Amino acid sequence: MLFSDNNVKITVEDGIMTAYVHGEIDHHNAKNARRRVDNELESKRPRELRLDLSGVSFMDSSGLGLILGRYTKATELGVAFSVVHPTDATMKILSLAGGERLIKIER
Amino acid sequence: MKKECINELHVKLPSYSSNESAARAIVSAFLAGLNPTVDEISDIRCAVSEAVTNSIVHGYRDIIGQINIDIKLYSDRSLKIDIRDRGRGIDDIELALRPMYTTDPEGERSGMGFTVIENFMDSMIVKSTPGRGTKVSMKKKLSALPVRK
Repeated sequence: MLFSDNNVKITVEDGIMTAYVHGEIDHHNAKNARRRVDNELESKRPRELRLDLSGVSFMDSSGLGLILGRYTKATELGVAFSVVHPTDATMKILSLAGGERLIKIER
Repeated sequence: MKKECINELHVKLPSYSSNESAARAIVSAFLAGLNPTVDEISDIRCAVSEAVTNSIVHGYRDIIGQINIDIKLYSDRSLKIDIRDRGRGIDDIELALRPMYTTDPEGERSGMGFTVIENFMDSMIVKSTPGRGTKVSMKKKLSALPVRK
């Protein structure tokens, strides 16, 4: 299954939902990404959510809010959560908030 | 050698959230001729994005107001970036600077904006008067250009 909308593409396979976020994540477009991922998460109820950030060309602390918010949401629903392929710049911001201690990250 | 201002940029933008990316693009374009490293430009873009977003989200919460971006570039490759708004201002700056502190938890703000600026730039000064607005001043010195052989 494939859904595409602006900066998020979502696939669900064998209970694993992967959200590919691409382009720039700032306050302006984080809202759309959040809505897309949350809607799919609630309707598909996967056992695992993977946030693939390999296509992110820019991210500020709004992106951090997006990641931490999805972690919280997934955890509330009993869904395993991981961040996949973050860029070095994304890792730099995640580390500022101690994200790697909280969240499973696959580099 | 006394450092002198060799270039400057003054931009004013209305506080539409779509202007967050415009502000980053303008600043990147202005600095491109200096050949900053990928990390330097990435850090500066991020810091500018944080300050502009703060003005949009907090300074002008329910209204559209003007954001000023003023950049001065000096002969020693240092730059000073001021981002100003005439919005609601910050009641308690010390509290606002605390990592993870946010007045807007439902909007999924991470509360890390000022922390990002502090870490990505060489220095940051925040001045604010409640009801009058906020000015974030940040400085960063770019590394020397590699010597051509």
